[in-house]
Amino acid sequence: MANSEYLVQVEHLKEYFSVRSGFGKSIPLKAVDDVSFSIRPGETLGLVGESGCGKTTVGRTLLQLYKPTGGRITFDGDVLYDSGEQYDENGRLKVDANGKPVLGKKVSVNMLPYRKQMQMVFQDPYSSLNPRMTVEDIIGEPLDVHKLCKNSKERRDRVMELMELVGLNAEHAMRYPHEFSGGQRQRIGIARALAVNPKFIVCDEPVSALDVSIQAQVVNMFEDLQEKLGVAYLFIAHDLLVVHHISDRIAVMYLGKMMELADSDELNDNPIHPYTQSLLSAVPIPDPETARNSKRIVLEGDVPSPLHMPSGCPFRTRCRYATEQCAQEMPPLKDRGNGHYVACWNK
Amino acid sequence: MSKKHDSDYISAKKSRQISRFNRKLTKKLEKERNDASKDPALYTTTMKDPGNVVEFDNVCTYFFTDIGTVKAVDGVTFNVPKRATVGVVGESGCGKSVTSLSLMQLLQRPTGQTVGGEIRFNIGDGKALNIVKAPTAKMQEIRGNRVSMIFQEPMTSLNPVFRIGQQVNEVLELHHPEMSEEEVKARTLEMLELVGIANKEGVYNMYPHELSGGMRQRVMIAMALACEPDILIADEPTTALDVTIQAQILELMQDLQKKLGMAIIIVTHDLGVIASMCDEIIVMYGGRVCERGTADDIFYRPAHEYTKGLLRSIPSTQNMNERLIPIGGTPINMLDLPKGCAFCPRCDSAMKICLREQPVEMEISDTHHASCWMNVKNAKEGK
Repeated sequence: MANSEYLVQVEHLKEYFSVRSGFGKSIPLKAVDDVSFSIRPGETLGLVGESGCGKTTVGRTLLQLYKPTGGRITFDGDVLYDSGEQYDENGRLKVDANGKPVLGKKVSVNMLPYRKQMQMVFQDPYSSLNPRMTVEDIIGEPLDVHKLCKNSKERRDRVMELMELVGLNAEHAMRYPHEFSGGQRQRIGIARALAVNPKFIVCDEPVSALDVSIQAQVVNMFEDLQEKLGVAYLFIAHDLLVVHHISDRIAVMYLGKMMELADSDELNDNPIHPYTQSLLSAVPIPDPETARNSKRIVLEGDVPSPLHMPSGCPFRTRCRYATEQCAQEMPPLKDRGNGHYVACWNK
Repeated sequence: MSKKHDSDYISAKKSRQISRFNRKLTKKLEKERNDASKDPALYTTTMKDPGNVVEFDNVCTYFFTDIGTVKAVDGVTFNVPKRATVGVVGESGCGKSVTSLSLMQLLQRPTGQTVGGEIRFNIGDGKALNIVKAPTAKMQEIRGNRVSMIFQEPMTSLNPVFRIGQQVNEVLELHHPEMSEEEVKARTLEMLELVGIANKEGVYNMYPHELSGGMRQRVMIAMALACEPDILIADEPTTALDVTIQAQILELMQDLQKKLGMAIIIVTHDLGVIASMCDEIIVMYGGRVCERGTADDIFYRPAHEYTKGLLRSIPSTQNMNERLIPIGGTPINMLDLPKGCAFCPRCDSAMKICLREQPVEMEISDTHHASCWMNVKNAKEGK
C-alpha cells in the first residue's frame, strides 16, 4: 500500500469525540469521518471548508495531537498509525458475518522521532507563543527537545539563522512575544516550526488573524520557504482566494467528510460537487466587473449540527440535486480523471 | 522625532500630567454635550446637497488617553447619497469604525470625543442636524430610529438574558411609544419575516444562544431596520460568518435596500465584499481618507499609492499564478503619526514633500478624489 511517491498518506481517517448528553450517556461527534488524501514531497495541499467542518481536526489528528479513532497514517513510507480496519475497493468497511469489522494488525508508534519531520503553525499568533519566554527560547525549544545542538553557541547561531530566514532582525532575539505585531509573531511561530528542518508542516489558518497588507507578506514567505527548503504543506484556511493562490491541490470538506479534491486551477475553473460550486460562487471577488456579472448560488439554511448529522451525504439537506440515494448512502470519493476526485451521486 | 527610544514608552509623571490636562478638556466637552437646553439653532444647519442623507465634513474624532491623544479620525470628508451603498475600507486601526461610531455618537466617552468638523444628517426640508454639536438627548431620538447600526459579532451585541422578541420590541417601544403592545409584536414578527427567518413565531420566543451566527445577524438586521431608518451602518457585518452565510447576509442587505430604500454604509477590510456591494468607496489610512470614488474608479483606476498597494497584495483572479506584491513595513502607530502623509513610511514612491506636508485632496474626475502628492506631481508634469 505504501506508495513512495507520497510523503504523507492518510486513509480512512476518523476522529470521533464523545459528547456527554445527560445522565451518563454520551454520543459520538464525528468531527472527521473517513477522510483520505495524500501529499507529495514539496507540495502544498489546501484544505478548505466552513467553520466546524473538521479541517483543523484533520491537521491535528494527522500529527496525532489527538489520538485517531480509526484509519491509517503513513509518513515517508513508515506507518505511524493503523487501526487495523480493512476496506474493499469501493471504500466500504470489510465486516465479518456478525457485522463486526475485520481487524488486521494495529500499529501505533512513538511520535517523538517523527515530530522532527512534521511540524505545525497555529492559527492565533497571540496565544500560541509562551508570553514568558524570549523569542530565542521559543525558537530554540524544539532544538533542545530533539537535542540537535551540541552547545549554546551552536544553538544561538541556529536561532539567528532561522530568524534571518523568516525576516526577523537578530536584535529581536531577547524580546518577548508581546513586543511584536501579529505578522511578526506569526513569523516567530513559523521559525519555531522550521527549527528542526521538517519535511512537512501543517499550517492551521496561519494568515486569517493578520491584516490584509500583512497577509501577502506571510503568504509570500511560505512560498519562498517551500522553494528554498522543499517542505510540503497542509494549508488549512477558509479564505478560498488565499488557498487557491498558495496551493497545488485543494481538498474541500463539509461536516467531517471530503467532498472534492482536485488540482487548484481545475477546482476553481471546473468545480463538480454542488457544495464546491456554491462555495466558490459565494466568495466575494475583489473586482466590481466580475461581481456585477456573476450570479451567486446562495445556499439555503445553515450547516446542520455535527451531533445530528443527516444520513447518507451530509450535504443533502442543502443540496439542489439531492435524491433518494443521497439519503441512504454516502457517495464514495471517486476519480473523475486527472486526479479530480468527487464524492457525489448526481454530478 | 527620535525613533531610538520606544515610542510607546512614557514616564509615570508625564502620564499623570497628560491625564490631568485631558480630564479638564473632556469635562468641558462633556458638559457642552449634555446641555439639553442648548439653542437648537446651534446644531441645525442646512445640507449642501439635499440628495444626501449624511455629509461628513472635515470630521475629527480624538481619543484623549493617558499616554497621549490618538487622532483616530482626522479630517474625514465624504457624502452618503440617498439609497446608495458606501463602503469604508482600510486596515485595522485606520479609523474606519470610529468614523461610523462618530455618526452614531457611540464613542467610548469621555475619552473619545468628536472635536471638530460637521456631520450633517438630513432631517428633511433641506435642514440638517449637526451631529457633532447635537446634545445627547437629541441624539437619543435619532439613534436606532433614523440611524441604526449592525455590528461584527452578533453574539456580543445581543443580550443573552432576553428573548429575541423582547429585544426587537424594545427598539419599537422606545421610539414609538404610541404603539400598543399588539402592534409592537405584530411589527416585530413582520420584521423577522422580512429578514428571512422562516420560523418567526418560534424565534420570537428564543434566546440568542439558540440561534446560529447567520440567524443572529438576521435578528440584528431586523432590530436595526424596525424603525425604517434613513441610513444603516454595517460595521464588518460578515467578518465572523462563513462564506456561504456571508453570501446570504449580503444578498439580504441588498434585497432590503431595494424594498425599504435606506442608504447603507459598509465598514470592512474585505475588498471582495466592497467590490460586490458598493457604489462608492472610501479608502482610509491613518485616520484620513486617502481616496474616494466609485467602485470602478477605485478598482480600475486607483490613484493613491496605498490603494494600489492594497490591490496588488490581495490574491484575485488575475494574479493567481504570480507572486503577491505585499506592502512593506507595518501598520502605523496612531499615537505617533508622521508629520506628512501617513502612508509615506511604507510608500515605495515617497518624495521629499511627502515627509513634510500632508497631501491635499485632488479631484481626478467628478466622482474620484485622491490625496497623494504623486497626482499633484503628475498633473504639473502634464501627464
